[in-house]
Amino acid sequence: MSPSIPLQEMIRAIRSARTQCEERGVIQRECAAIRAQFRQADNGARSHNLAKLLYVHMLGYPAHFGQMECVRMIASPRYSEKRVGYLGAMMLLDEKQDASLLITNSIKNDLSHSNQYVQSLALCTLACMGSAEMCRDLAPEIDRLLRASNSYIKKKAALCAVHIVRKVHELGELFAPAARSLLTEKNHGVLHGAVVLITELCERNPEALERFRKTVPDLVQIMKGLVISGYSPEHDVAGISDPFLQVRILRLLRILGRHSETASDAMNDLLAQVATNTDSTKTVGNAVLYETVLTVLDIKSESGLRVLAVNILGRFLLNNDRNIRYIAMMSLQKIVGTDHNAVQRHRGTIVDCLKDHDASVKRRALELSLALVSASNIRSMMKELLLFLSSCPPELRAQTASGIFNAAERYAPSQRWHIDTILHVLTTAGGDVRDETVPNLIQLITNTSELHCYTVHKLYRALLTDISQQPLVQVACWCIGEYGDLLLKGECQETEPAQVTEDDVLDSLETVLQSHMSAPATRGFALTATMKLSTRITDNVDRIRSIVSIYGSCIDVELQQRAVEYNALFKKYDHMRAAVLERMPVIEKNSLGQTNGESAVEAIKAVQPATVKQGEPPLPLQPANQVCDLLDLLGGSEEPLQPSSVQSGTASGLPINNSSTAGGDLLDLLGGFEPTPAAPAPAVTVYEKDGVNLTLLCEKHSDSGLTVTLTASNSNDSDISSFTLQAAVPKSVQLHMKAPSGDFLPARGAAKVTQMVVLNNPNKVNLKMRVRISYTSQGSACQDTVQIDSFPGL
Amino acid sequence: MMRFLLLFSRQGKMRLQKWFMPLTEREKKKVMRDMMMLVLARPPRSSNFLQWRDLKIVYKRYASLYFCAALEEHDNELLALEVLHRYVELLDKYFGNVCELDIIFNFEKAYFILDEFLMGGEVLETSKIAVGVSMEEADTLQETMEEYMSKPAY
Repeated sequence: MSPSIPLQEMIRAIRSARTQCEERGVIQRECAAIRAQFRQADNGARSHNLAKLLYVHMLGYPAHFGQMECVRMIASPRYSEKRVGYLGAMMLLDEKQDASLLITNSIKNDLSHSNQYVQSLALCTLACMGSAEMCRDLAPEIDRLLRASNSYIKKKAALCAVHIVRKVHELGELFAPAARSLLTEKNHGVLHGAVVLITELCERNPEALERFRKTVPDLVQIMKGLVISGYSPEHDVAGISDPFLQVRILRLLRILGRHSETASDAMNDLLAQVATNTDSTKTVGNAVLYETVLTVLDIKSESGLRVLAVNILGRFLLNNDRNIRYIAMMSLQKIVGTDHNAVQRHRGTIVDCLKDHDASVKRRALELSLALVSASNIRSMMKELLLFLSSCPPELRAQTASGIFNAAERYAPSQRWHIDTILHVLTTAGGDVRDETVPNLIQLITNTSELHCYTVHKLYRALLTDISQQPLVQVACWCIGEYGDLLLKGECQETEPAQVTEDDVLDSLETVLQSHMSAPATRGFALTATMKLSTRITDNVDRIRSIVSIYGSCIDVELQQRAVEYNALFKKYDHMRAAVLERMPVIEKNSLGQTNGESAVEAIKAVQPATVKQGEPPLPLQPANQVCDLLDLLGGSEEPLQPSSVQSGTASGLPINNSSTAGGDLLDLLGGFEPTPAAPAPAVTVYEKDGVNLTLLCEKHSDSGLTVTLTASNSNDSDISSFTLQAAVPKSVQLHMKAPSGDFLPARGAAKVTQMVVLNNPNKVNLKMRVRISYTSQGSACQDTVQIDSFPGL
Repeated sequence: MMRFLLLFSRQGKMRLQKWFMPLTEREKKKVMRDMMMLVLARPPRSSNFLQWRDLKIVYKRYASLYFCAALEEHDNELLALEVLHRYVELLDKYFGNVCELDIIFNFEKAYFILDEFLMGGEVLETSKIAVGVSMEEADTLQETMEEYMSKPAY
C-alpha cells in the first residue's frame, strides 16, 4: 500500500492531473489509503487524513465513510483533531444523517470545556447542523453560557440560541430573559448577537414582541451612540461605525415599531437623524440608508419622515451604481400601492431605467412602470412601453405584452387608440401574447362599430406586410371575413383608403391558407373568412367556391370538415347561405365567473370560427347543430335567426347541448325574450321549510305559454349540495325544464339557484304543478314535495 | 439569514461551500450547478443581485473567484455585499495578499476564518481585529497542544 502523502502534496497531485480520468485515479488511490488509515489505531496523522477527505468531498466525490471518523475525532482530547473533526461534522454530517446524534454527547462535554476555543467549536457546530433533538437537549447549556461567560463565548452562544429558536420555536421563551440583559453589554459582537436573537424571538412570538417593545429606548440609545461616536478603528467601515450592527438595530426597530404608535414615535428622531447624516457616497452608507428607508416606510412614521424616505429612494434611482438603482426600484415596488403619488413623482427616472443594459434592472423597471400607469399618463407611458417591447429581452416579452393589454383595457382614452395599441403589440410581439388575446380583440372590434372600416383597412395592410404573427393573422382574417364589404367599398374616414379589389382580398386570404407559416387554427380562420366573403362580394363567388371545394380533400381533418360543410352550404342550402353568413351581432363580454348554465338561452354560434382549444366541442358539431336548428326554425317561424346573446369564444366550456334541446331552446328564444328574470309580477314563496326557501315567478309569453322561474335559497348555517327540483303537471300541459343554474346552495343565502320551467297549456286547463325538492344537507339526504295551485301573474 | 455561501472559480470549480440550512447531497449539487450557471452567465457590468426561486442571490467577483451568497426576503443586499467584502479582507489579512491558491491549499483555514466571522447565517463578529486575534490564538493553541501531545507521556 502506498504511504499516504501530506494534504498539500495530494492537492498538488490532483491539480496536476490532466484529465478527469487521471484525477479520479489519484483520488481513488488516496481514498483507499485514507480508509486504511482510518481502520488503524490512533496515529499522529489522523487530522491530515480527514482534511484530505474533506478536500476530496469538496471536489464532489463521495466521502460518507469519513462520518464515523469525524465522530471519533471530535471525541479526541487534541485540539487539532477536534478542530478538523468538527469541520468534518459540519461538512459531512447534517441533521438528516443518523451519525449526527452520536456527537451530541461530545458537544455537551465540549460546551463546558475549560478552553474557550474548544467551547466555540462546539457552539459553532451546534449552530450549523444541530437537529431539533440536539437543540432541545443542549438548550439549557446554551442558556447558561449566555449568562455567565466571557464575551467571546457569549456572542457565539447568542447566535447558537438563534439557531435553536429557529429549530424549536417553543424554546424562545427560555432565552428571552437572557437576551434582554445582553443589551447592556458593551462588546459589539455580543450586542449584535443579542439584537439578532431578539429579532428572531419577536418575529416568532407576538407576546415576546409586546415585551420587547420596552427595549426601544435602549436600542435608540445604542444607535445614537454609533451614529454620533467618533472614529473607532476596530469597527469603522468607510466612515460608518459598525454598519452591521446599525443595520440589525434598524431592522429590529422596524419590527418593534410596526403596529405601535408609541414605539414609532420614540424612534422618529433617530431615524430622521440617520437618514440625513449618513454618508451616501459608498455602498456601506447606502446599506444603512436603505435599511432606514425600509424601516421608515414600515412603521407608523409621520408624513414628513415618509416623504424624506421616498426622496432618498428617488436619489437612489439617479445613482450611477446599478445595484443601488435596482434596490431603489425594488423598494418603490413595495410601496407603490400605499404611497402611489410619491412614487409617481419619480416616474420619469423609472421609465428611463427601462433602457438600462442590465436585465435585472430592466425587469424591475418594467414591473414598476406597469404599476404606475394611470389614466392621466396612459398615452406617454404606453409610448415608452411599446418602445420597450420592441427591444426588450425575450424573457420579458410575455409579461410586457400582458401588462400593456391590462393597462390599455383599464385606461384606454379612446377605442381607436385601444385597437391601435393592441395591433401594435401584435405586430411587434405576436408570438408571445396569451391565447385569449385573439377572442378579446375580436370582441373589442365588434363593439366599436364605427371603427370597423378603419380596423379592417389597418388589418388588411398588416396582413400584406407580414403573415408570420399568428394572432395578428387570425384577427385579420376574421375581420376581413366579417367586414370585407367595407374594405372593398374603398372609402374610409379614419385612414387613407386603399383601392382594394375583390381579387386582392381573396389573394391575401389564399396566401394565408397556403403558407407553411400558418398554424392549423389560422388556416381555419382564413377558410371561414373566405366563405363569409361569398355573401359580401359579387363577382368572384366562383373563385370562392373552387377554393372551398379544393380544401374538401385537405389532409388536415379540421379544414376538410369545414370545407365539406361549406360546400354543402353552397350546394344544398344555398338559399340559407345569406342568412347563415350574415354579419355577427355584438359579442357580449363574457366574464370568467359566469357559468354556461346561467343563461337561459343556449348560444348558437353562427359559423363563428373558434380557436381550437382543448375541451372545446369540435367545430363540425356546430354547423350540424346550426342546420338542425334552422330546420326547427323553419318549422316554427319564418323569421331569420337572430340570437339575442352570443357568448364569446372564451367560453370554451360551452355545452353544445344536444340538438334535441336546441329546438326547444329556439322556441324559448323566440318566445321568452327576457333572459333575466326581471319580471313585473312579484315572486311568491311557495315553500319554506328547514331553512330552504323556494319562490316562484310567472311570466306569460304567449296565449298558452308560460315561463315559471323557481328560485331557491338556503338560510341555514350549513351548505346544501345536490339540490334538485322535479316538476309534474296535469296531463294536457306540456312541460319543459331548463338546466338549473347550479345545485349548490351556500349557507346564509350567499347565493341562489334558479330553475326555469316552460309550460304550454293549449287546452287551458286549471294549471297545477307539483314540485319535488331533493337535496343533501349536513351529510343526510332530504326530500319534500310541494303542490302549487295558484300562479300569480297568470 | 444567509442560506448558503459558495466560492467558485471561473472554470466552475468549487473552492468553498458553507451551508446554513440542511439539504441533501443531491439538492446541494443541484443548487451549486444552478448558481454557477446563473452567475457565470452574467455579463461583466451587470448588477450584483439576482432573483432565484424565492431567494435573493448576491454575488461578487474578486480576481478569479466568485463569491456567491443567498439571502432571504428580509435581508439587506447591500449589507451582504459588505459581508462578502469583509470576508475577503479577513482572508487577505490572514494569508497576506490572498490569492486563489491560498484558499485551495489551505481550505480548512478558510473555513475556520469563516466560522469566526459568520455563524448560523448571521454575522458573528463585526470587528476586523477580533477575528484575526481569535484565529491567531486558536492556531497557537493547535501548536501547543500538538507539541504537548508529542512529548512522551511516561
